Amino acid sequence: MALDISSTTLGNSAHITLNGQLDSSTAPAVRELVDKLLANGPSNLVLHLENLDFMASAGLRVIIFAKQKSPDLKVYVVKPQETIVETLRKTGFYQSVYVVDESPL
Amino acid sequence: MDLRVDYYPTHEHDGYKFRRGRVLPFGATIVPNGVNFSICSSDATACWLVLYDKGEREPFTEILFPEAFRLGDVYSMIVFDLDYEKLEYGFRMDGPCQPEVGHRFDKSKILCDPYARVIGGRDVWLAKPDWNEKYQHRARLAFDDFDWEEDKALEIPLEDLVIYEMHVRGFTADPSSRAAFPGTYSAIREKIPYLQELGVNCVELLPIFEFDEWENNRLHPETGELLINYWGYSTLGFFAPKAGYAATGKFGMQVDELKTLVKELHAAGIEVILDVVYNHTAEGDQRGPTISFRGIDNRKYYILTPEGYYYNFSGTGNTFNCNHPVVRNLVLDSLRYWASEYHIDGFRFDLASILGRDQNGAPLSNPPLLEALAHDPVLAKCKLVAEAWDAGGLYQVGSFPAYGRWAEWNGKFRDSVRKFNKSEAGLVPEISGRVQGSPDLYYYRGPTASINFITCHDGFTLRDLVSYDYKHNYANGENNNDGGNDNDSWNCGYEGETSDPGINRLRLQLSKNALTLLMVSRGVPMILMGDEFGRTQNGNNNAYCHDSKLSWMDWDLAEKNAELLRFSKHIIKFRQDHPVFRSRNYFQHRDYVGAGLPDISFHGTSAWYCDYSPGGRCLGFMLSGQHAKEGSASDDDIYVGLNMYWDGLVFQLPQPRRGAQWRVAVNTGMLPPDDIYDSCEAIPLENQNELVIGGRSIVVLIAR
Repeated sequence: MALDISSTTLGNSAHITLNGQLDSSTAPAVRELVDKLLANGPSNLVLHLENLDFMASAGLRVIIFAKQKSPDLKVYVVKPQETIVETLRKTGFYQSVYVVDESPL
Repeated sequence: MDLRVDYYPTHEHDGYKFRRGRVLPFGATIVPNGVNFSICSSDATACWLVLYDKGEREPFTEILFPEAFRLGDVYSMIVFDLDYEKLEYGFRMDGPCQPEVGHRFDKSKILCDPYARVIGGRDVWLAKPDWNEKYQHRARLAFDDFDWEEDKALEIPLEDLVIYEMHVRGFTADPSSRAAFPGTYSAIREKIPYLQELGVNCVELLPIFEFDEWENNRLHPETGELLINYWGYSTLGFFAPKAGYAATGKFGMQVDELKTLVKELHAAGIEVILDVVYNHTAEGDQRGPTISFRGIDNRKYYILTPEGYYYNFSGTGNTFNCNHPVVRNLVLDSLRYWASEYHIDGFRFDLASILGRDQNGAPLSNPPLLEALAHDPVLAKCKLVAEAWDAGGLYQVGSFPAYGRWAEWNGKFRDSVRKFNKSEAGLVPEISGRVQGSPDLYYYRGPTASINFITCHDGFTLRDLVSYDYKHNYANGENNNDGGNDNDSWNCGYEGETSDPGINRLRLQLSKNALTLLMVSRGVPMILMGDEFGRTQNGNNNAYCHDSKLSWMDWDLAEKNAELLRFSKHIIKFRQDHPVFRSRNYFQHRDYVGAGLPDISFHGTSAWYCDYSPGGRCLGFMLSGQHAKEGSASDDDIYVGLNMYWDGLVFQLPQPRRGAQWRVAVNTGMLPPDDIYDSCEAIPLENQNELVIGGRSIVVLIAR
């Protein structure tokens, strides 16, 4: 399963765009990227998920990892698909992130 | 830290790198760079770790534990560079197969880890398994990274609890629940406002440890209906939550979903008690499948006959050997895990008397397991509730070894209240004890030892208790031979549903009586899911095998039986508004606060005279509000008049405290809204000296 990952940093916000499927085979690369971006101490992490079709447990754990590593970090999830919103809701992560329709920053 | 030498492999097999592991904790634990596996067996001669990719039929490798990795009876190793998300693992063990001395090793079987925290294979409820799969119930890893924020167990005092017993799936599986994901942990979250409105502050979940709903599945011989293990009293693993109850089970996220439910229930002021089944496992007797324990240490985990067969004190084929020190530790580890990792508030132990039997099956006077649980520091504030009997004939209601901690399902409360409520004579002496929290049973333990209930999952629902004289279990496919026959039920004149308005009115009234008796009694009340609005199982008193409308909650009843639902909410609130009902201590039958009234007094149709004769069906009791919580809280005086005679009778009233006047709060013989008031609405009685209480009715008065 494929995942396209791209990232950029704008001011104090790290942006990651994920297209495809985020599962246990693709999650480690995202996690590594998050780790790298967080090293610069951004205040916001913006995940652009408009074209992400599927997110498995491993994907959620990347978000948890980011939150736990930097408790003050604001995580934005931009335009997630309905199935991903549902997964976030059912597992309780919905309240730890900001789900938004367009990038706030 | 990554530089520590013990984070690096020393061995290699098949391209997989590993090293000697740590013996504790048992199970699979994520450690830096790898996973630590640890399992014990005293009679195995060899042990392999078998590793799979999720869902694959063949393992990607098997690693024999080198002899150097065994310490005592424990095999442990750390394997490096595994994909945590995709991994499934099991064990293969070699050893003697001599059933006559209790050994049943079979190295052709892949065994699930007794400490598995997630078990795959039944990820989606009733999704058809691949029966050719050799390894059906597959151990996986769990992640302990849930964000609990400030949540912890609520520690609501036991005496203030109102317990709601429910089945996770049955609560919302019916389309009438209008839940987004019916039958799941997630759907219960949607119903939290309902639970709050009802007024309960604790849910007791029927088993949520992973089980196989397909176990013993069969088609009904006549109807062809699929019958399954719906209740789930058949544990596969004592650390793994039921995946099929999670909307996210197919993604393997049941751990997060269940934790989210607990966290949100806590935020709403509702505790979570788990119904836990340690008395037997899903492996059945010698004809059953080898899933885990049988192939690891059969004679350690099970109570065996001298010939090596399984004792069956549980009625399900085998009996877990709970007082073997190794098994005892497993039970303790499991409970500690649920209390710490899932923030569970308490546990109700199915057939708990088995937990007090020794390794030959004989009852112990001082069972080490029960003592260990009672004094365990991690479980110190958890509720521990025993179903104080087993299927081997041990009945310990009132005598369960309690160590000052254990409460019990009070089966005698259930039986006597049922009989009294259907107007059997001679119950007055017993009922006068039951409303006090059964001091005859728990004098040295206090009323909180008594979990009072009239109905539970096992038996009739409240509606069926007043609608059926006999059980109607044909749908279970056992020719109506299963399920209890001693139901103490009464159909009110017609067996089953009827349109007769008189009968339906009486049924409603008796339902209100039952709920009222439950809520005015000292002890801890427990109600069964749906009884608040008259859920029926069509007379089936053993619906364990039905995943259908028969066993599901019909939410449309909330509207259809709005009268009963209103009453239920009000009577629960009435209890919660009046501390005089809720105490850790028994009544002293004297005035110890200078109220001018004893804390409790008993009456009959004549004030200050209680008729304990064999023909009696009437009882009144008065609680002095100044004695509430042993005088530390202030409350109204309360009089409860119980007339289970079939005609109205004049009850002479005792006088409340000086200057106070009796007002009617509850009268089950009246139509709404006069059946129950908000206490603030109650108007003083014109005649303060006597009152006519209708036949089969309960009146509750308050005076302030």
